[in-house]
Amino acid sequence: MRPFAYEAAADADGAVAALARGTAAARYLGGGTNLVDLMRLGVEQPELLVDVTRLAHGAIEPLDGGGLRIGAEVRNSDCAADRAVRERFPVLAQALLAGASGQLRNLATTAGNLLQRTRCAYFQDVSKPCNKRAVGSGCPAIEGDHRNLAILGHSEACVATHPSDMAVALAALGARVVVRGPGGERTIAMPGLHRLPGDEPERDTVLEHGDLITAVEVPGLPWATRSRYRKVRDRASFAFAVVSVAAALDVDEAGGTVRDARLALGGVAHVPWRALAAEDALRGAPATRESFEAAAEAELAAAEPLRDNAFKVSLAHNLIVRTLLELAGA
Amino acid sequence: MQPVMTEIALTVNGREARLAVDTRTSLLDLLREHLDLAGAKKGCDHGQCGSCTVLVDGRRANACLALAVAHQGAEITTVEGLAGGEELHPLQQSFVDHDAFQCGYCTPGQLCSGVAALAEARAGWPSAVTADLAADAVALDAAEIRERMSGNICRCGAYPGIVAAVAEQAAR
Amino acid sequence: MMAATPAAATPAAATPAAAPPATGAIGVPLARIEAREKVTGAARYAYEHQPDEVAYATAVPATIARGRISALDAAAAMEVPGVLAVLWHATAPRLQPVADGELAVLQSGRVAYRGQFVALVVAETLEAAREAERLVAIGYEPEEHDSLLREDHPGLYAPETVNPSFPAATSDGDVEAGLRAAAVAIDKTYRTPALHNNAMEPHATVALWDGDDLTCWDSNQGAPAHRATLAQVFGLDPARVRVISPHVGGGFGSKGSPRPQLVLAALAARVVARPVKLAVTRRQMWAVTGYRTPTIQRLRLGADAEGRLTAIAHDVVEQTSTVREFAEQTAVATRMMYAAPNRSTSHRLVALDVPTPSWMRAPGECPGMFALESAVDELAIAAGIDPIELRVRNEPEVDPHSGHRFSSRGLIACLREGAERFGWAGRDPAPGVRREGCRLVGTGVAASTYPVYRRGAQAFARAEPGGGFTVGVGAADIGTGARTALTQIAADALGAGVDEVRVELGDSALPRAPVAGGSAGTASWGTAVVKACRALRERLDGEHGGVVPPDGLRADADSEQDVADQEPMARHAFGAQFAEVKVDLDTGETEVSRLLGVFGVGRIVNPRTARSQLVGGMTMGMGMALLEESVLDPQFGDYVNHDLAGYHVACNADVRDIQAHWIDEEDPHLNPMGSKGIGEIGIVGTAAAIANAVHHATGIRVRELPIRLDDLLWAEAADGS
Ligand SMILES: Cc1cc2nc3c(=O)[nH]c(=O)nc-3n(C[C@H](O)[C@H](O)[C@H](O)COP(=O)(O)OP(=O)(O)OC[C@H]3O[C@@H](n4cnc5c(N)ncnc54)[C@H](O)[C@@H]3O)c2cc1C
Ligand code: FES
Ligand code: FES
Repeated sequence: MRPFAYEAAADADGAVAALARGTAAARYLGGGTNLVDLMRLGVEQPELLVDVTRLAHGAIEPLDGGGLRIGAEVRNSDCAADRAVRERFPVLAQALLAGASGQLRNLATTAGNLLQRTRCAYFQDVSKPCNKRAVGSGCPAIEGDHRNLAILGHSEACVATHPSDMAVALAALGARVVVRGPGGERTIAMPGLHRLPGDEPERDTVLEHGDLITAVEVPGLPWATRSRYRKVRDRASFAFAVVSVAAALDVDEAGGTVRDARLALGGVAHVPWRALAAEDALRGAPATRESFEAAAEAELAAAEPLRDNAFKVSLAHNLIVRTLLELAGA
Repeated sequence: MQPVMTEIALTVNGREARLAVDTRTSLLDLLREHLDLAGAKKGCDHGQCGSCTVLVDGRRANACLALAVAHQGAEITTVEGLAGGEELHPLQQSFVDHDAFQCGYCTPGQLCSGVAALAEARAGWPSAVTADLAADAVALDAAEIRERMSGNICRCGAYPGIVAAVAEQAAR
Repeated sequence: MMAATPAAATPAAATPAAAPPATGAIGVPLARIEAREKVTGAARYAYEHQPDEVAYATAVPATIARGRISALDAAAAMEVPGVLAVLWHATAPRLQPVADGELAVLQSGRVAYRGQFVALVVAETLEAAREAERLVAIGYEPEEHDSLLREDHPGLYAPETVNPSFPAATSDGDVEAGLRAAAVAIDKTYRTPALHNNAMEPHATVALWDGDDLTCWDSNQGAPAHRATLAQVFGLDPARVRVISPHVGGGFGSKGSPRPQLVLAALAARVVARPVKLAVTRRQMWAVTGYRTPTIQRLRLGADAEGRLTAIAHDVVEQTSTVREFAEQTAVATRMMYAAPNRSTSHRLVALDVPTPSWMRAPGECPGMFALESAVDELAIAAGIDPIELRVRNEPEVDPHSGHRFSSRGLIACLREGAERFGWAGRDPAPGVRREGCRLVGTGVAASTYPVYRRGAQAFARAEPGGGFTVGVGAADIGTGARTALTQIAADALGAGVDEVRVELGDSALPRAPVAGGSAGTASWGTAVVKACRALRERLDGEHGGVVPPDGLRADADSEQDVADQEPMARHAFGAQFAEVKVDLDTGETEVSRLLGVFGVGRIVNPRTARSQLVGGMTMGMGMALLEESVLDPQFGDYVNHDLAGYHVACNADVRDIQAHWIDEEDPHLNPMGSKGIGEIGIVGTAAAIANAVHHATGIRVRELPIRLDDLLWAEAADGS
């Protein structure tokens, strides 16, 4: 790790200004559970860290219409334990609790979680090529170990996946990310924060250097009380997703039809994958296994598995159907 | 490039420590290499094993991924600070009674994690296996304990003892 | 069970006859002696020794899999403030050659595998050392590498022997004829991946020179053996070298022989004339601290209509490195497990551009018994015979390979007792028919075995003038509970209470003793300890009327001859493991809902620590079945998932109902304690029991470990329930 300067910013403007003063190698520091990890691996080599855990973004506040505004510094464990989050958006609490470990969630922040970087083994190993880390060096994962990499939306340059569980729930819930940049404040709708790799895999998100996330707003969605997060992984706990599903279902009990649905997939793409095609197929359809299967197929028609991960397509399919069935039966 | 040194002050096991640290120094290396508190262990240095778990302001955290400079003013408790003098912390005693370790290398992390997990459950925090997220209280059954203690890897496989020890304290 | 032989032939009887009445110290569930130190953080592991002026070293790994270093520029690294030295083959002091080429660190510019240590940085602080490590600029002349194990690799050869000194191939009778004559036969190939020991404490050393005297605090499985090699490497009189290892954070075989960091730390300390600490990082452990070779195993079994084996053939392909031959004894257990008139085994190796494999918990038996016990299950199904019954029908009278009598053989007793405890009776053998909600349920069984080894050791026992006894032996407690077990053994032999005995171990200054390995620790050290204690007791009572003289009284013992004199016999521990699994039909996720082992391991010295060891082994076996795999990328020649997030070892949530039991087994042919080793047998057979249960649940036979959800996603419930 090369030496770096450290500043604890007192407020958002101070943080943005401090980062702007630094070089391109300046970074905001949240809990550090991803950034410090990557610094130790030599993947990240900042010259300046601006600590943003002491700004006033540590609260969860109600929004009009039943939504919640989650401060960027709120720790993952506090967010998952929050009463309002648990009651209004169970899918979000479950996604948070399915991630990492108790002690990591105590450090991890909302913003840091969204911006954590891929767990692709080649990205993390600086002795190997990786287009995301070293632009133009190549993607050895395409030929190499990619069992747990992307099946959707990948490119010839990059087949990495986004590792966050929380982001999958937020994508399903259509959350808005509040960003303060050198040019002022703006809002980015999820899933639009993250981007597909295309030929610029080095860019994970649409954020510009110096952009500070100050909060995430989850708009009110009364029927999200019927929502859940289901994560499949190789180990019973403390492991990243192989495939995960965040789903919310609004069923017209009288007619037995789906009024509305929210669905997103994790572990399958460079972004938390909002399953819009499946949602379209579900709206107005009877709440039956057949409809759920059709919806899963509609979404996964676009899947392009790699040599060793075709099983993820079936897994995603089964998981979508199973989760929707459970919600429909709930 | 010269290292960047910063003065920090924090409380460790009830004692104030004031020293200049390299900004790169992790909380774990601060404890182990500078404060001669080798209780917290380094098993991976990447957040993946939990051996380094300590309590930061009463909450469990991986000291290997925490930067010391970012913990100005924090209150740290390590395994060395759990016992009250000669008297073992009840969870330490339960670990001894249930043979909740073999080599002992993961043990300090398990203990700090266990102490915090008990407190989290008492505060009503749910876990990934909590069926009813809306419930106010959680009962720490074996499944809950296993899930909550899964951030601490034990290669010796002392898990059944660890679960029994935490369960014994949860029942108190 | 075999009839007992006259006791006069046994070493137990060869030890002094004046054995005092047993105090009952053996067999009680004493809490670990060092428990308090371990739960309070007071126990110091190697890296935690902090001599004055200590400097920090970090090792630089090679980034090619084969070739040589063409240039090395240390200028940028040396400019990092606080850096004291950068060492590489052109600048490092010369070492004496030793048998293990992995210890010839920084002696040549050749690179034999990716990740091999090629340079070392020493600095005032860990931060500076790490930064400088990154800045050492190394130019390579890479050569084409070959790192992937294949059963048709042209470089395959038969080694002279497999570990430790078994013939590589055996043949009795005519296997082909036996297979032709069989009513049922199977011919299947099983694969196990490379597995890494991953003890929680990474390998670490703190080295300190005082003139020509070298002291190392080191994490290892046997201080005296490490001292001997270290002295050789530096060309020193062993008396000038001391290795100290009071607490060791696990080893599982990987700390059984010196690793590069021991030599590097000592080398660096000599160069900078200061004490030096060096720990292998977790990621580096995938290259430099050993691992279990991947295996490809062909099993051919034939049986008559009653399930009696007509032929057993076990042919193994595995890898070694170009640095050193390591020949895992994968098929050796097959030689004595079951009776059959026609039997053959073989091992072939290929030396690849990969890290050198080494010992990992039950080397040989662990991967070999996965294949054999899966194959036996397949045979039982093919023959329509219950798998327990099939094993019973093939129980040999004597060791089929050596012809020796078994000192005791508890396999059938373990199978029967396990079946009883597990609730095996009435099991429907049909696969894929039991459903519980969205999950398929199945059960499986497999046999376990591990040889009973014993080696010569030395020990002393001293009666202290102030009361109490001190016992010293150069043993290691790597979490096995050795300190506790030896305290009990000594107390028993002395006729004293356990609180009157203090055992010293983990120090090469103590009497020479073998490493903790081959599950032989307690047997080897215990034999010497009993001998020393009995001699002391005899002298104390005989010459001093039971009164400790003012200077105390010491007795020394060496068990070399006792071990050499032991009657040739087939000495093995056996066991049976039962698993129940639940496999999710939609996701292929497998839960091991129950795991139960029953072992015939002689007399149990301490049931508390013994149970922990057996359960620990079974847990690692469960990891082997479902989780663990080091993935080699042939593009680079290294294991790509080299961390604990990419390589999954079982976490707490994976381990549900897990139980270890043992049968009462009196075996007078072993050692004064009557004990067999318990450190390794727990991992043997677990993976097969789980794979067999997965087949029973789903109808899917997975012959390549680990069993992943990928393999089981296609499971279908056979009934419509
Ligand atoms: C062993 C291990 C297992 C894990 N398992 C899981 C898992 O199963 N599921 C899962 O979802 N996650 C998992 N994680 C990842 C973990 O959730 C993330 O590391 C964590 O959420 C990151 O949050 P942080 O606050 O620590 O971020 P940091 O590491 O501090 O920062 C991450 C990135 O965000 C930037 N950043 C931080 N705050 C802001 C801000 N306010 N504005 C703009 N940029 C900012 C930083 O500059 C940095 O680039 C795991 C991590 C580890 C180490
Ligand atoms: S050392 Fe911190 S988690 Fe492993
Ligand atoms: S006791 Fe050895 S790793 Fe847990």
